[in-house]
Amino acid sequence: MLLVKNGRVLDPASGTDVVLDILLDSDRIAQVAPAINAPGAEVLDASGLIVAPGFIDLHCHLREPGEEYKETIETGTRAAARGGFTAVCCMPNTKPVNDNASVTRSIIERASAAGSVRVWPVGAASLGSKGEALAEIAAMKSAGIVAVSDDGRPIASAKLLRQVMDYCQSLGLPVIDHCEDASLSAGGVMREGPTSVRMGLRGIPACAESIAVARGVQIAALTGGRFHVAHLSCRESLDQVRAAKAKGLRVTCEVTPHHFTLTDEHVTGYDTRFKMNPPLASREDRDALIAGLADGSVDCIATDHAPHDAASKDVEFDKAPFGITGFETVLALALGKLVHTNRIGLMRMVELFTIGPARILGITRSVAPGELADLTLFSADHEWTFRAADSASKSRNTPFDNAAFSGGPMATIIAGKIVWRR
Amino acid sequence: MSHRFRNLLGIEPLTREDIAFILEQSRPFQEIQRHPLKKLATLRGKSVVLAFFESSTRTRISFGTAASRLGADSMNLQAESSSLRKGESLIDTVKTLDAMKPDCLVMRHSSSGAPHFVQQHLEIPVINAGDGTHAHPTQALLDALTILDRKGCLDNLNVTIIGDILHSRVARSNIQLLGKFGARFTLCGPAMWLPRELETLAPPGSSIRRVSTIEDAVRDADVVMVLRVQQERLHEPALPLDDYILLYQLTPERLRLAPPGAIVMHPGPMIRGLEIDPAVADCPQSCILEQVTNGLAVRMALLFLLIGGSHEDAKDVLHAAR
Amino acid sequence: MRVVEKSQLMAAAEIDRTLSRLAHEIVERNGGTAGLSLIGIRRRGVPLSQRLARAIKAMDGSVVPVGTLDITLYRDDLSLVAPQPVVHSSEIPFSVDDQVLVLVDDVLYTGRTVRAAMNGLFDLGRPKRIELCVLIDRGHRELPIEATFIGRHVQTSDTEIIEVRLNEIDQEERVMLVERVP
Repeated sequence: MLLVKNGRVLDPASGTDVVLDILLDSDRIAQVAPAINAPGAEVLDASGLIVAPGFIDLHCHLREPGEEYKETIETGTRAAARGGFTAVCCMPNTKPVNDNASVTRSIIERASAAGSVRVWPVGAASLGSKGEALAEIAAMKSAGIVAVSDDGRPIASAKLLRQVMDYCQSLGLPVIDHCEDASLSAGGVMREGPTSVRMGLRGIPACAESIAVARGVQIAALTGGRFHVAHLSCRESLDQVRAAKAKGLRVTCEVTPHHFTLTDEHVTGYDTRFKMNPPLASREDRDALIAGLADGSVDCIATDHAPHDAASKDVEFDKAPFGITGFETVLALALGKLVHTNRIGLMRMVELFTIGPARILGITRSVAPGELADLTLFSADHEWTFRAADSASKSRNTPFDNAAFSGGPMATIIAGKIVWRR
Repeated sequence: MSHRFRNLLGIEPLTREDIAFILEQSRPFQEIQRHPLKKLATLRGKSVVLAFFESSTRTRISFGTAASRLGADSMNLQAESSSLRKGESLIDTVKTLDAMKPDCLVMRHSSSGAPHFVQQHLEIPVINAGDGTHAHPTQALLDALTILDRKGCLDNLNVTIIGDILHSRVARSNIQLLGKFGARFTLCGPAMWLPRELETLAPPGSSIRRVSTIEDAVRDADVVMVLRVQQERLHEPALPLDDYILLYQLTPERLRLAPPGAIVMHPGPMIRGLEIDPAVADCPQSCILEQVTNGLAVRMALLFLLIGGSHEDAKDVLHAAR
Repeated sequence: MRVVEKSQLMAAAEIDRTLSRLAHEIVERNGGTAGLSLIGIRRRGVPLSQRLARAIKAMDGSVVPVGTLDITLYRDDLSLVAPQPVVHSSEIPFSVDDQVLVLVDDVLYTGRTVRAAMNGLFDLGRPKRIELCVLIDRGHRELPIEATFIGRHVQTSDTEIIEVRLNEIDQEERVMLVERVP
């Protein structure tokens, strides 16, 4: 029994925003009420803190199996716990690709043995994510995948996407697409625009993404399937998602912390810590994403935590792999760039980390009796500085090293147990 | 003297005064090219690494000759023989070269920004001899010296650049340099190599316009820069050479539309009959060979400025300046 | 470190008289001005060489070519003098082959400047003979170099400096002995 006392409970599912105690009994919430008296229970004083349903990250890369020198399920989930996450969805682009039930099972077994948070694997849409034959999606679903994606790359063709959407609809799985028209983006290393032209770096036009989003939206209309846009980065893509939602299509999208924080202008120093895909967008796009986060067009915030070892990032900008780490800084960035700037309220922010991703996965998240005893405790205002060297992740590839923050995670509770506490 | 140079990575960080100083310092080295005995001992005992990760003959020979005429030794690393071919990372290659204790690294690389990246790992001065499609600062300086010789002044020139501007580091560095002196640029070339964003490259006080015909482009030009058609770029998109010649070759007829005093420049290597008509390449308005000679003078001046002084003091001054 | 003036060695009139005498000596020793050129060493050798040329012209009407030489590139102490060296143009608009060159400088001290200047001249060709004319010889030579024509010998110590001020450069005209004090 764990009693979380005096926290300000923010529960988007019910709209609750009041100071309450929460009693957790093994993996379920037993009671939510003012001044609970539970003799013998371990007490966690949450005075001055916000207590939210457990955060879910819909998009991350844990690199295991195959690239354990970049990250492991153990180190990655420890970083996730420190970021306030209680569950993370890991993308299938491991080595080997998670395109069959045995890889799925091995990830889940590894996570239960060494993981700090719940690990919900995303299965590949096609064998080897090669875009040819369908992966054994049903078998992977039985093994525990929560969605399918060929992330790391787009689902190769419209025809394949249609098949995957049809098939996954029957299996009740969302399809997550890394939206990118490869013929437009080939060779590109940053967003096409004045900065790429000035720096002489090959640009990726914004429409490389929005064309692929349009493809997905139209196939969602054709199939009636659940289409989720991964790491949406530009205004045109967002407009397509908005229009699709207005038509009642089952189309959702996520936005990463770096895309609502940074712009292509940050790439100026050829610093590979600013290289990711989709690339950092224009200021106009960044502002459009923030507006989308505020008005409900964006369904959730996802980190796209993409760890890379120092040697692979410490190279020419052209050669560096895409991606940055994200677990431990995302909440602080959301508070700093969205809440403290009054672009969104705290409740909306919590929604973007909780019921937003939960809805996409078809599950519930709430601080209510009988619900999963997963809670994220955070402070909206304590001053701290993030140091990449102190990160729990194996990798240090973040542009937010030494960033000063106001507010961030304080404790992560999973199945009634404190898995991390600041 | 207040001009301190630690590196030469690009033109952007230089002020007009810095540029004027470098050009002025190039003058004595221009004279030396006319001496019967061109060899100095000024940098005797110093060594310069020429790390050309992208193959180049002209620029490498120019830097090598510049070092040699100043009495410095140069060590060559060429792409063909480079250990990069064997999978060594750039940073390991450069650290290995650095362990041989050279006084300066001259570097060419096919990745934009590679010299900036390398410079962060080195204490010795780095000279960018061309990085990807980003910058070629010594070319811009030697072009400026050539223009100064011919025109007497760098201020407020009408500069026309013809060709693949998008992929040209020469064009970028020239825009940065001459733009600081108020140039009005006219860019002309196939539309896919002439994106709108190029207009944002203009430094304050300068302007860039894009025109679609070469006839319009040369009309008011003081300087016409013809860029090399980079054959390796032609596959994306597949632009027919005949179209290029028809639309963009600088011919005597087209050059006649320019003011009589207009000069013609080309960074080389040039392909006669493709981007430039042979008659234009050899006409009195052409200063293509002067560019080559001035390249030596500018590179000698830069080596002299960067490694001619006392190392320790230079470091102190630069740290203080940071 | 600062410097204090100890005494004045020459006033304007004396500089003038000395140069006039040196001009006579140069012409006399060379048996006229045929094949003779003056090379002023930057900086103060330059106005001195121009004044000598004028003095020679005043004597017998002959025009002696004058060049200027910057020795920066030939110095043996380049890396000691400044973090950022600066070079100036040399202007020697005539052939030095088979010429009698008179190097002109303000002060002869260690001899290293003259060594550097001679190196520079040899890069330009093969002079018939090089002579050296200085306003002040202060001793303390570090190389086997002596001047052919000397305005005045001055005994100095290591800590003393000869300051030559010329109108063309300094907007005043005199020669001083100054001392470095810590």
